[in-house]
Amino acid sequence: MAQAVEGPAPSPGPAGFREYYARYAPYLVPVFAVFTALVVGALMIGLTGGDWLAAYIGLWEGSFGTPVAIANTVVRATPFIIAGLAVAVAFKSGLFNIGAEGQLYAGSVCVVLVGTLLQLPPVFHIPVGIIAGAIGGAAWASIAGFLKARTGAHEVINTIMLNYIAIRLTDWLIKSKTPYLLGDPADPSSARTMYIAETMRLPGFRVSDTIVLHLGILIAFGLVFLVAWLLNRTTIGFELRTVGSNPSAARYAGMSVPRTIVLAMACAGALAGIGGAGEVMGVRYALSTDFFSGLGFDAIAVALLARANPIGIIFSGLLWGGLLTGARLMQVRAGLSIDVIKIVQALIIMFVAADQIVRFIYRIPQRSSAEETMISRGWGGG
Amino acid sequence: MTQQGRGGPVVLEARAITKRFPGVVANDNVSLRLHQGEILALLGENGAGKSTLMNILYGLYQQDEGAIFVKGKPLRASSPHESIQRGIGMVHQHFQLVPVMSVAENVTLGNEVTRGPGWLDRRRAGEQIRALSRQYGLEVDPDALIADLDVGAQQRVEIIKALYRNADILILDEPTAVLTPQEADDLMQMMRALTRQGKSIIFITHKLREVLAVADRIMVLRAGRVVGETTPAEATEASLAAMMVGRSVMLQVERGEMHPGAVVLEVTNLHVRDDRQLLAVRGVDLQVRAGEILGIAGVQGNGQTELVQALTGLRAPESGSVRIAGHDVTGAAPRQISELGVAHIPEDRQRDGLVSSYPLTDNAVLELYYLPPFARGLVRDDAAVRDHAERLVQEFDVRTPAVTVPASSLSGGNQQKLIVAREFTRELRLLIAAQPTRGIDVGSIEFIHNQIVKKRDEGVAVLLVSAELDEILSLSDRIAVIYHGAIVATVNNGDLSREQLGLLMAGASLDETPAVSPTLARS
Ligand SMILES: Nc1ncnc2c1ncn2[C@@H]1O[C@H](COP(=O)(O)OP(=O)(O)OP(=O)(O)O)[C@@H](O)[C@H]1O
Ligand SMILES: [Mg+2]
Repeated sequence: MAQAVEGPAPSPGPAGFREYYARYAPYLVPVFAVFTALVVGALMIGLTGGDWLAAYIGLWEGSFGTPVAIANTVVRATPFIIAGLAVAVAFKSGLFNIGAEGQLYAGSVCVVLVGTLLQLPPVFHIPVGIIAGAIGGAAWASIAGFLKARTGAHEVINTIMLNYIAIRLTDWLIKSKTPYLLGDPADPSSARTMYIAETMRLPGFRVSDTIVLHLGILIAFGLVFLVAWLLNRTTIGFELRTVGSNPSAARYAGMSVPRTIVLAMACAGALAGIGGAGEVMGVRYALSTDFFSGLGFDAIAVALLARANPIGIIFSGLLWGGLLTGARLMQVRAGLSIDVIKIVQALIIMFVAADQIVRFIYRIPQRSSAEETMISRGWGGG
Repeated sequence: MTQQGRGGPVVLEARAITKRFPGVVANDNVSLRLHQGEILALLGENGAGKSTLMNILYGLYQQDEGAIFVKGKPLRASSPHESIQRGIGMVHQHFQLVPVMSVAENVTLGNEVTRGPGWLDRRRAGEQIRALSRQYGLEVDPDALIADLDVGAQQRVEIIKALYRNADILILDEPTAVLTPQEADDLMQMMRALTRQGKSIIFITHKLREVLAVADRIMVLRAGRVVGETTPAEATEASLAAMMVGRSVMLQVERGEMHPGAVVLEVTNLHVRDDRQLLAVRGVDLQVRAGEILGIAGVQGNGQTELVQALTGLRAPESGSVRIAGHDVTGAAPRQISELGVAHIPEDRQRDGLVSSYPLTDNAVLELYYLPPFARGLVRDDAAVRDHAERLVQEFDVRTPAVTVPASSLSGGNQQKLIVAREFTRELRLLIAAQPTRGIDVGSIEFIHNQIVKKRDEGVAVLLVSAELDEILSLSDRIAVIYHGAIVATVNNGDLSREQLGLLMAGASLDETPAVSPTLARS
């Protein structure tokens, strides 16, 4: 080696800022990506004759501008955060979990079952509901994990297939009338399940006619720290990350790669299932056929934006929730289609995924090759 | 300082290059000149800054200070693209080939031969490659898949890749580390052939014999600085070693009498299939006793890899049995075997031995992470892990600015030292070491060899697998020669000459090679 010098390498003279920038800017790539997406979005609104400033002011006020708006954003963000964790845990384990959507449904079906069949006092009923969601999601995701571990079948394909199956199955469980399974005989045209017992509904503050700030966000925060702790501080997390970064070395080190893969998917599914439980128990008290409408896919974007970092997911989840809640006011203020917000979201994903562009614009040095392989392996490799 | 080389003009010059990494000055004011038609050998300890300097010349890293001139003109941009254009080709310490693609596809990658826009012309690419391989005596089949080639052939593909892009300056970073001695000799012949045709070569190796055999000029780096320059005529292995390390190095291991104890490893009639489902190990019988070193001599690819994998639980054997310390571990899981006190230095450190994105701390406990003191229950104890890593780095002289840097930032040899340190400091009964000194400098080899002997003296059974016959000869108490997946002879070290062992390794039988000293076993 080379002689070791004390502390960090001496920075010659005025290069101070540049050096700090080079060192820390890579962590800010997601922030730059969001910023760039907003700028491009503004250009697009401007070019189509809209008032981008009014639109963005509306977006801000509608999402974080008032206490009610903030409460609304928080409620919207809660499932994004929890389901984002589901994607992140799998991602850290080298698995690309496209199946959060299906796991949300699988968990929710179990939640509805214990919510309609059991009668318990709230202190028990609420935990039972959450656990039921976790078990349902975990079981569903484990199928993909098991197939991967046993046969090497790629989890991307299997989780996508399991999404279809879960959605259709839920649909059938709700719509079946001979006999009624989960559907509500009292309101056969509603396309929803029976309501869950009062005792299993999450407590919360009613902040407006339509919005109840329920306990879910606290559960989400708890899960964020649980996942961060699990990944970084426990032996299980070490196994998950090792299998995710270098399966050969994991095997050599005596870890069971198949078992770890199943475990990773089960953890991911459990998280998604709890996300579903929060929605059923905190927001609508029943499950309907189009309940999640792509939430599980947005969760992928939320996790990607946070680079699968659990703490980061709090912020990306809130951002995602905020974009959705703010969209309505933005629409009113600037007379824009609500789809504009979808375009901004798509731009954010694009700039995060194609971070070369962002790095080029802001002169940010390359990320390490280790990170590189992880992302590309998550996508396609093995 | 000799200036003549082969007497040609200077084709590549680096002036006062300095390169810093966080906490480390990898190159400190290094200057270098390469003349046309010469082979310049670059020597230096692990982490001396050789690969860094080469990566700067090739444009992969940007120097902090200094300038590079190719054929007298400065190299402006730091990018491999520019370097390739200017005629610099590099074969990296760790190959950069795409295993699922053919030789021709790999060679033409980025320079595809097309027939009209978007159409690859495979036939013409193949012809061009055949022409190159004829011209320089580099034998390869353009249509073969990389994954099916042995390392020697992959190396040739890397060289052809560089030549295909019209490189006339070749940088070879430890090309012989993974080659058999025979392949290394072939490679050196090729290098000679290349320089005769006007190419110029920078050659990095830790094997002093090769340096003396092939170099025109030798440059030595230590701690990022040039500490001297010499020629093979003026140097000896000992003088080179001293120049590199800064002290004199014992090139021979001191090994006292062995005191063998009970049988620790017993392998009976073991058959193992390789990835292609062919029988790679055919009926191996082995015994290793406590306190002895059994060396497995053999040309690479004769089943050593699969044998070791079967012993360590990484590959299920087809038939036969493996007993370790009295336990039947045939087909057992790696962890079961490891928990019996079996340490394994894997042959492929990049793939199996390390998680390159992990800091040294996590890598130091890759196997023991779940045991106290590194974990209490499910919770890991970072302080204990860190202490352990600090100790390994200290004891085994792993050169790194901190134990928190990722393993990928270590030089190749220091990565290997970290693995050796990790495996040696465990509770040991059986040590299985595959190519333990691959890519390691002479000073560290001395240290590791002494450690192996020390373990043996402490009563550890050692199974040493090495492609270096010299290493086998200097360490082993007994030697088993493996050929085509079978042990063709097991002898006490000293019973057969180097040449006889070489013949056995090449598949000749013992009858054709009468022993010079028919002494009986010393034990
Ligand atoms: N990408 C990197 N980031 C940080 N430090 C690095 C990086 N690459 C090399 N270093 C450091 O620079 C020094 C020189 O490393 P280099 O790889 O050039 O050594 P080397 O002479 O090639 O050694 P070896 O013989 O072991 O291959 C080492 O101390 C290493 O830790
Ligand atoms: Mg090197």
